[in-house]
Amino acid sequence: MSDITLLTASEMVSQMRAGQLSCKELCQAFLNKLEKQKGLNSFLTIAPEKVLARAEEAQAKIKAGSKEALLGIPVAVKDMILTKDLKTTCASKILENFIPPYTATCVNNLESRGAVVLGKTNMDEFAMGSSNENSAFGSVKNPWNPECVPGGSSGGSAVAVAARLAPLALGTDTGGSVRQPASFCGIAGMKPTYGRVSRYGVVAFASSLDQVGGFATNVRDLALLMSAVSGHDPMDSTSVKVDVPDFSALLGQDIKGLRLGMPKEYFIEGLSSEVKACIEAALKQLEKLGAKLVEVSLPNTELAVATYYILAPAEASSNLARYDGIRYGHRAKGTHELEELYEVSRSEGFGEEVKRRIMIGTYVLSSGYFDAYYLRAQKVRTLIANDFRTAFAKHCDLIVCPTAPTTAFKIGEKSSDPLAMYLNDIFTIPVNLAGLPGMSIPCGFDQKGLPVGLQLIGKPWDEAGLLKTAYAYESETDWHKRLPKIH
Amino acid sequence: MFNYLTTFPGNGQHMINEDGVLKLARLARLKIDKAASIAAAAKLNSILGYVEQLMKVNVEGVEPMSHVHGSTNVYRADEVRPSPNPDAMLQNVPDSSGRFVRVPIIVE
Repeated sequence: MSDITLLTASEMVSQMRAGQLSCKELCQAFLNKLEKQKGLNSFLTIAPEKVLARAEEAQAKIKAGSKEALLGIPVAVKDMILTKDLKTTCASKILENFIPPYTATCVNNLESRGAVVLGKTNMDEFAMGSSNENSAFGSVKNPWNPECVPGGSSGGSAVAVAARLAPLALGTDTGGSVRQPASFCGIAGMKPTYGRVSRYGVVAFASSLDQVGGFATNVRDLALLMSAVSGHDPMDSTSVKVDVPDFSALLGQDIKGLRLGMPKEYFIEGLSSEVKACIEAALKQLEKLGAKLVEVSLPNTELAVATYYILAPAEASSNLARYDGIRYGHRAKGTHELEELYEVSRSEGFGEEVKRRIMIGTYVLSSGYFDAYYLRAQKVRTLIANDFRTAFAKHCDLIVCPTAPTTAFKIGEKSSDPLAMYLNDIFTIPVNLAGLPGMSIPCGFDQKGLPVGLQLIGKPWDEAGLLKTAYAYESETDWHKRLPKIH
Repeated sequence: MFNYLTTFPGNGQHMINEDGVLKLARLARLKIDKAASIAAAAKLNSILGYVEQLMKVNVEGVEPMSHVHGSTNVYRADEVRPSPNPDAMLQNVPDSSGRFVRVPIIVE
C-alpha cells in the first residue's frame, strides 16, 4: 500500500472527499510516524487523543458534504503560537508549563477551515536563532543529514514538513525564520507581507518585524495554507484591512515578460559557490519560461544585519519584560523580595541567547544611547525599505536571489559565535525590515546532498504573484519531489 | 545618561567591560555573576562592534521608520464584549490564593 503521509495536502483533501481516505486514518498515520521519528526532535507537544477527536469531527463533516478548504488536513504549529489548552512554551524554560487560555487568530482561521492541529513544533527559544540550537528542549535535526541544523527559528515546523510528519506547518518569520529553514530543509516556505496575517495570540518577539508564515512540500499546498491564515483581524491593530485574494488563483498562469530583478549585492563574497551555481541555474530556467532577468541594485543591503540587531533586540527587550514570574511562567523559589524574584526568575527561565538580546536591546535603548543606536537604525531601515521601493518602481516586478548564503551547517559549527550565526540571515533580514512578502523554494542540492533555496521577494500584498512564479518554476523541476533518506 | 564604562558610540572603539555588563543586566532585571559577565562582555562587544558600521551612514534628512505601514491609532466601538475567563487566566499563576496573585513583600 502506498504511504499516505507522502500525499500532498491537496491530494489528501480530494481523496477524503471522494471517500478513499478517512481523516482518522490519515491522522493516525502521522501520529505513528511522529512516534518513529522522535529522534528528529521536531515536536515539543503532541496530544494524540485531541488529534483523533478532531479527526472524528472532521470525518463527520466530510461525510455530511462539507467543503472547507482544509477539512481534515493535519497541520503542525510552531510553539510560538497560542493554542487553547495545549501547552505553548516558545521552547523556553520560562514558559515550560504555560497553558494558553485562548487560541491565536491564525490557528482559529485554520481550524475554522477544517484543519486538525497535530502538535506544537520545536524552535529557537522565543524565535531567537537561525539554527534551532537555542531551544531549551534540545536541537532539532535536519532530516537530510541529522548532523546538520534544520535552520531556524521555525526549524521544528520545517523539519515536520520536510520529513513528511505533517503536510503543512505554521511558523513565524522575524528575520528569515520561515524562509531560511525552508531553504535548509528543501521545502517551500512563505513569509507574507507585514500585516497580512494576524499576530493576535502569536508570542511577540520584535513586533514591527514578526509575521506568521507557512511551510508546505509544494507551492499549491502553500497557497492553500496562506489563503486560509490571512486576513484582517480586529484583535491585531497592525493587521491590515486589504482583500485576501485566492492565492491559488494565478497558479498555472505563464510568467512571460515578468521582470525578475537580481540584486547585485546578493551575489557577493561569502555566498557559497554551490549555492550560487544552483541559483544561476534556477534563473536560467525562469528565463526559459519567458521571464526577463534584470540586474538591480539594493545598495544598503550590507547594513541590514546591523540594523536588525539593533531594532529586533530593542523590541524584544521591551516585549520580554512581561516575563517576570508573577502572573504566569517560571517563578524562582526561595527569593524574598520582589526585584530579586524578577531577576532570579528571568535568569533561570531565559537561555543565553535570549539574555544576550535583552541586554543588547536594553543597551541601545538606554538614555544617552538611544539616538546613536535605535533612532539611527530606524533611519537606516528607511533607506533599506527605499532600496526595494525604487527597484520595484523602476526596474522589476519581483526580486530573485538566494535565501541563505550556504546550505545547512553542522550542529555546533556556529553556536559559539553569535555574530557568525547572525550573518547567515543577510538575505532574509532586509525583507522583514521592508515588510515585504518573501518565499523560499527548493532549487537544487549541494554535493553533500543538502538542499538549496531560491528566494522570491515581492511588492507589498503580491503573495499571489510570488506563488505564481514559484509554481511556474516548480512545474518544470522536481527538486520538491525528492525525499530525505528517512523514507 | 547611563555609563557602561564605554566611550561614546561612534568613535569605532567603544567597549563594554564586565562592570558595564553587570550594570546592564541589572537594568534588564537579569542576574549574572562576575565570571559569566566576562564571557558575556566579549560576545556583546563583538555584536556592538559590528553594528558600529551604522555610525558611518549618512542619515541626514532621513525619516525614522518605526513601522512598515506607519503607526496610526486604531479605534473600535465602545461595546461590551466577552472577556477572558478569570479562572482560565489564573491557572497559569505560579502562586495564588483564591483569586489573588501572591507576591513577595513590596513594602515593610
